[in-house]
Amino acid sequence: MSDLEQALTRALRKSSGRILASLIKSFGDFDKAEDALQDAATEALRTWPIKGVPDNPAAWLHTTAKRRAIDKLRKDTRHHAKETQQILMDLDANKDEMAETDYEIPDERLRLIFTCCHPALSPEAQLALTLKTLGGLTVREIARAFLTSETAMLQRITRAKKKIRDAGIAYEVPGSEHLSERRKTVQKTIYLIFNESYSAFEGQTLTRGDLANEAIRLAALLFRLDPCPETGGLLCLMQLTHARTAARTDALGQMVSLEEQDRSLWDHDTIEMAHQLLLAQFRLGQLGPYQLQAAISALHCKADSWQSTDWQQITALYQALSAFDASPVVLLNGAMAQANMGDVANALKKLGALENSLETYQPFYAARAEMHVMNGANKTAISDLDRAIELSSNQIERAFLERKRDKIANCNGSTEN
Amino acid sequence: MQFMALIYNAEGADASYEGGMEQIMADYWKFGEEAREAGVMVAGDALEAVSTATSVRIRNGQTELTDGPFAETKEALGGYYLLECKDLDQALEWAAKIPTAKYGTIEVRPVMVFDN
Repeated sequence: MSDLEQALTRALRKSSGRILASLIKSFGDFDKAEDALQDAATEALRTWPIKGVPDNPAAWLHTTAKRRAIDKLRKDTRHHAKETQQILMDLDANKDEMAETDYEIPDERLRLIFTCCHPALSPEAQLALTLKTLGGLTVREIARAFLTSETAMLQRITRAKKKIRDAGIAYEVPGSEHLSERRKTVQKTIYLIFNESYSAFEGQTLTRGDLANEAIRLAALLFRLDPCPETGGLLCLMQLTHARTAARTDALGQMVSLEEQDRSLWDHDTIEMAHQLLLAQFRLGQLGPYQLQAAISALHCKADSWQSTDWQQITALYQALSAFDASPVVLLNGAMAQANMGDVANALKKLGALENSLETYQPFYAARAEMHVMNGANKTAISDLDRAIELSSNQIERAFLERKRDKIANCNGSTEN
Repeated sequence: MQFMALIYNAEGADASYEGGMEQIMADYWKFGEEAREAGVMVAGDALEAVSTATSVRIRNGQTELTDGPFAETKEALGGYYLLECKDLDQALEWAAKIPTAKYGTIEVRPVMVFDN
C-alpha cells in the first residue's frame, strides 16, 4: 500500500463514522451518504497524488462527498420532489462552511447510534448496521465476525437501511421521555457486539479481538456524546473483561481459567483506568446492571490471587444484580460466588432450583462440578463435567473441560488406591 | 407521513379486557377523541367478525369465492386506524394507546407514497 493509500485508509478508519453521520443528516438517506463517501474516496485516490494529501483529510473527504452528492442530486432530473429542493437549499446555506477543509465535521453520530439501534429493527440488523456505519467495518469483515456469508450480511444491512427509509424511522436522538428506554437498546446492542467476540460459536478461536475493540470504541463514543452511569458501567465492564485477554489462553492456545491465570499478564493500566471511571459512576448513585457487573469484574481484576478474591462482596453484588436481572444465569453466578465464599451447601441447594431452566447450559454443569469437588464428591463432579463437555460447542472450551475432568479422575484414582 | 395501524386480536379476547366490553367501547371512544384532537386521526373503523369474511380470487379468468379470511390465523384483523404522524416513533406511541394493544397486536405500517 502506498503512503497515500495509507493516509486515505487511516482517515476513513478514524472518521468515516463521523463523516457518514453528517452526510446522512444532510441527505436524509443512508445509501446516498455511503455512495457520496465512496465517490470522495475515489476522488482522493485521483487527486491526492497530484495535489498532495490535504492537511485535514477527513474534512476534505466530507466536503468532497457533499459536493459530489449535490452534483448528483442536481443532475437527477427525475426527482423534483420538495425534499430534494429543501436539501439543496439547506446545503446552499452552508456553502461557507464547505469552502474550507480545515474545520470540524459536525458530530451527528449520536443520531446515527440511536437510529441504527432503533428497536423497530431486529437485534441482528442493529448489530450489523452499527458496525457498518459507525464502526466503518466492511461487509466482509462483519460477515466474517458473525461467521456468515458476505451475501447474507449484505442483505441484512440492505434490508435494515430500507426499513429505516420506508418505515419512517426518524434520524434523531429520542426525546427525553423515551431517552432512557432507547439508551438501553443501544447499550444492549453494543454489549451484544462485545459478547459476540467472546462466543466464537462452534469456532476454533476463543476471542475475535477486533469486535471487542469495536464495541469498546462504540461505548466510549456513546459515553462521550451522552454520558450516563449505565453507559459508563458498560464501558468499564467491557474494558475490565478485555484487559484479561492475554491471560485467558496459554501459548498452545488452550483456555486458562480465571483461577489459574497469570495475573501479571493482565492489562493493569486499563484495569486501573476502568476502576476509577467505575467509582465515578457509582458516586452518581444511579446503580444499574452494567455498573454492578463491572464492579464484580473489578473485584476480580483488583485481587492478587483467586484465593484472596473478595467473594463476600462479589456475592453481595450478585444479590444486588438479581434485583435488576433475576435470570437463571445471574443466579447461577451468584451461587458460584457463594460457594467460593465457603457456603457450598446453600449454593448447591440454589442450583437444584435452577437445573430445569439451565439443563442445556454448559456452564451450569461446569459450575456444579466445581461445587461437588469442593465437597469431595469427585465422582458426581466427573459426571457433571461429562455433561458439560457434551454440551460444549467450542473446541477450546471442550479441551479445557476435558483436561479438568481428567485431572479430577486422576486424583480420584490416587486417593482410592 | 400516514401510518396504518392494523388491529389484530383473537376472537373473543376482548372478554379478558379489564372492565369488559363496556370499558373497551369507552376506551376506544376516548382514543378516537384524543387522536382527533391531536390532529393525528385520518380514518378508522372496526370490522365485523372474521366469520363474515369472504375471499375473492380470479384464477384462469374464473372468479373464485371462498368463505373465510385470506389466512386462517388465531389473531384476525378486527379494525384499523389511519394516522398522520411525523415519524414511526410517534405512530408507535399512538398505536400503543389503542385499547386492543393490551390483549392483541397492533401492526404499524407506513402508507406507500408514489412519486408524482
